This record gives sequence, structure tokens and C-alpha cells, in this order.
Amino acid sequence: MENKGWDEFEIGAMLRTFDGSVDNIAGTKQEDRSYSENSSYRASVADWRLIKPVFNKDYCIDCQFCWVYCPDVSIVSRDKKMVGIDMDHCKGCGVCVEVCPTNPKSLLMFGEHADEETEIAQWPSKDEEK
Amino acid sequence: MSEMKKIKNLKEFSTSADRFEGANLLCPGCAHSIIVREVLNATNDDLVLAASTGCLEVCTAVYPYTSWDASWIHIGFENGSTAVAGAETMYKALKTKGRLKQPDRTPKFVAFGGDGASYDIGFQWISGCMERNHDMMYVVLDNEVYANTGGQRSSSTPIGSSATTTPAGSISYGEKINKKDMMGIMGAHHIPYAAQVAPNKWKDMVKKIQKGFATEGAVFINAVSPCTTEWKFDPKDTMHIADLATDTLVFPLYEIIDGRQYNITYRPKNVVPVEEYLAAQGRFKHLFKDQYKYLIKEWQERVDENWAYLQRREEAKV
Ligand SMILES: Cc1ncc(C[n+]2csc(CCOP(=O)(O)OP(=O)(O)O)c2C)c(N)n1
Ligand code: SF4
Ligand code: SF4
Ligand code: SF4
Ligand SMILES: [Mg+2]
Repeated sequence: MENKGWDEFEIGAMLRTFDGSVDNIAGTKQEDRSYSENSSYRASVADWRLIKPVFNKDYCIDCQFCWVYCPDVSIVSRDKKMVGIDMDHCKGCGVCVEVCPTNPKSLLMFGEHADEETEIAQWPSKDEEK
Repeated sequence: MSEMKKIKNLKEFSTSADRFEGANLLCPGCAHSIIVREVLNATNDDLVLAASTGCLEVCTAVYPYTSWDASWIHIGFENGSTAVAGAETMYKALKTKGRLKQPDRTPKFVAFGGDGASYDIGFQWISGCMERNHDMMYVVLDNEVYANTGGQRSSSTPIGSSATTTPAGSISYGEKINKKDMMGIMGAHHIPYAAQVAPNKWKDMVKKIQKGFATEGAVFINAVSPCTTEWKFDPKDTMHIADLATDTLVFPLYEIIDGRQYNITYRPKNVVPVEEYLAAQGRFKHLFKDQYKYLIKEWQERVDENWAYLQRREEAKV
């Protein structure tokens, strides 16, 4: 999208989140919505991250704590299952890792450039002290 | 009224399709958006929303983007409440005249504001909305400071907190005035429903929000919103700080029905010493210097006193 200068803003601007007419947004998953270019869903904050969460589904119990407490709508849950992380919208805060109750955790933070497959292959084992 | 959304457990809640989007500009780990998600996901009804100036508004409506998937308006710092009250009044008028295009829909009217916008600058406007008993919900995102402009104290800032306008140093321990009892003030409006909530207690939150949506008339919600930037803690710890807030009883969870009946909705199994809550946040760091340590004891006494008061109110049923 073309960036506007400070003196080119439209006063009292109205933005439309969706293209065309929409109904029942609360019953439509993100992937089935017609987001317009004015929705921040179409933007990315991936470049904010220095660290990123990696999801290892082997240990996940689908409790959905990560889903409810992610501030950035970046935990993708479908049909009561945690299916992955939306890396365009994740800011790398680490909240999901903190609230994940499994042992070992099903989510861990790594450097932004870490290789996911490598990290999953060498995932820490159960912490006996917990 | 439409049927209430069924949310028996977290798995069921997670089937919600969010109407709030990421790639907003809130800080990583900001609790404002966690609260907003829990509130909006409590219903599938249409939403008419407003936000007063502050972090939530500034960061979710950065031209040319919006992070809202429902009707949403921002006007000024003080009038998120009246913007929504205006829309609600228009809706009622159209309904009375039989001019609603979709009369079977039951939209919910919700205004969000920070503590600066609510406890201070928009105070009289909220009071008016509550007094007129509009069929709306007002939600305070209470981070106890004017966060968006760099951390000035508000009338919600608690004693001993270091804010940019009440900085702690060798001659001052920071904020000296006790936090305003906004819940008590809202209760005194005798509105049908007021509740204090916390994002870590999602079930308690959803229950209260749904109760609020089912209420005809004005609803006031005070939500504690741990602010990683101004409370000075690591972004990953937002929910840990929220847990400390509720489990030390610094933020007791309760509701007030018709301004009279107090119900405590959460009694921690193990009440945590207030000292742990204070120690976890940079804004209270100076309280651990010898010179100011006496304030930690006073903090605990204040919290105990408030908890005892709430229990007395609950028992008295008056
Ligand atoms: C009438 C008016 N006064 C001052 C401001 C500047 N201002 C913008 S946001 C803000 C702080 C908001 O604090 P709060 O309501 O607590 O929300 P938070 O950012 O902490 O979520 C201030 C002082 C303004 N926009 N309008
Ligand atoms: S790191 Fe933060 S933003 Fe990213 S998925 Fe986890 S909780 Fe969400
Ligand atoms: S918090 Fe952990 S166990 Fe629970 S759904 Fe998320 S990844 Fe799975
Ligand atoms: S300053 Fe605080 S309230 Fe504002 S966006 Fe950052 S964490 Fe959220
Ligand atoms: Mg604030």
C-alpha cells in the first residue's frame, strides 16, 4: 500500500476492514474472510522479533492456554486443536511459552534465525524437577 | 435477546473467530489486547465499539490500518463512553420507530478506555452514561498510568509507584495518593452491574462479560492490564504479573449488583504476600531500599483492609 505523508491524511477517515459486503464475521474464520488492504491482518510485524516461538506438537495437549493468552491473535487453533503459529503477526513476546503447561513445554523460544526442524529434533526432554 | 454463546471450557472458547487483529502496534506482551480478545470473544453478536485515546486506540488504528473487524469509532480522549451511548440511543430510537433494517439482530455496545481516560479525563462522561443507564458496557483497561504518553501518574496509580510525574528518588517514594476506588464510585451510581476482572482468570472474565451483555442497562468493567513498559517487567511475564495481582488480592475479583450486592468471585487458595507483587515490577523497585521498606508493610495492610471490607460488604448484603 502507498504510504501517505502527514499532510495527506484524510480527516475523519473511515476504513473498511473487509472488501464487499460481509455478514456473520463472528462465524467466519480468518482464512475465509475478505480482508481489505486496510486491515492490519494484511500487515506484518514479523520484523519486530528477535526471538520466536517454536511449536512442537508431540507434547501438546491442546489445552488452549496459548490461544487465549496470546496478545496478538497469533496462535492458530482450529476445531479445538492448536495447529500452529501465525508468524506474520507474532511479536515474539514469549507469553505462550510461559503459559504452556506441558513438561517439556510444547512451545519454546529460540533466536529468530534458528531452524525449526533442527530445534524440534533436539527438543529438551522432560524436566524431572517439575 | 439472542442466545448466549456457549463457552463451557477453554477448548470450546478457542473455536471463537476473533474480531480483533494482530499486527497492531501494541507492545509485545501487552495485556490490553488479551483483555479485548476475551471481551469480544464472549459473544457472537454484532458489536458497536469505541475506544478513547490511549494505547489501545493509538495502536489499533494506525492509518491506513485498522485492527477491528466490527464497527469501531474513536473521537477523543474523554468521549469513548458517549460515542457508544450516542450509537445506542440512535439504535433504540430506530427500534422504537420500527426502522431497523435487521431487527432480529442484537448488537452489543462496548466502549474501551484506559485508566487515564476513565478515572480522570472522561470521568464525568462515563458518570453520565452510567447515570442515564444506557444499555452499554464500559471497560477500563487499567494499567494504572498514562502509558501511551510515557507514563504520567493518573488517579489510578497506586501509592509508591514511580511514574514520570511522580518519580521515585532520594526524597520521594513516588506516587503518594491512594488509587481511586472506581468500582465503589460506579457502584454508587446504582447501575445494574459492575465487575472487576483480570485477563489471567479468563473464565471469570467471560462469565462476567456475558452477564454484562445479558444485563439491560449500564455495565461497568474494571480490568487490570499489566503493562510491560510502564510496570517494568519482561514481556513474557504478563500473565505471571496478572496472577500475582489477583492472588495477592491487590486486584480482588468481585462484582456489584444494583450498586448494593457485592459478590466476591475469586478466593485464592494460597494468598501470596503483596511483597512478591511489588518485587516483580520495576515501578516499585525503590520500595526495597531501607529508606522506603516501611511502605511494603503499609501496602500489605491496605490490601488486607480492602479485602476485609469487601467481605463485610458481601456478607452484609446491603
Ligand atoms: C484531551 C487530551 N488530553 C491529552 C491527550 C494526550 N494523550 C493521549 S493518550 C494519553 C494517555 C492515555 O492514558 P490511559 O487513558 O491510561 O490509556 P493507556 O495509554 O495507559 O492505555 C494522553 C495523555 C489527548 N489525546 N487528549
Ligand atoms: S510469542 Fe507472543 S505473539 Fe508470538 S505466538 Fe507467542 S504469545 Fe503470541
Ligand atoms: S499451551 Fe502448550 S499444550 Fe496448551 S495448546 Fe498451547 S502448545 Fe499445546
Ligand atoms: S505501553 Fe503498556 S499499555 Fe501501552 S502498548 Fe505498551 S504494554 Fe501496552
Ligand atoms: Mg493507562
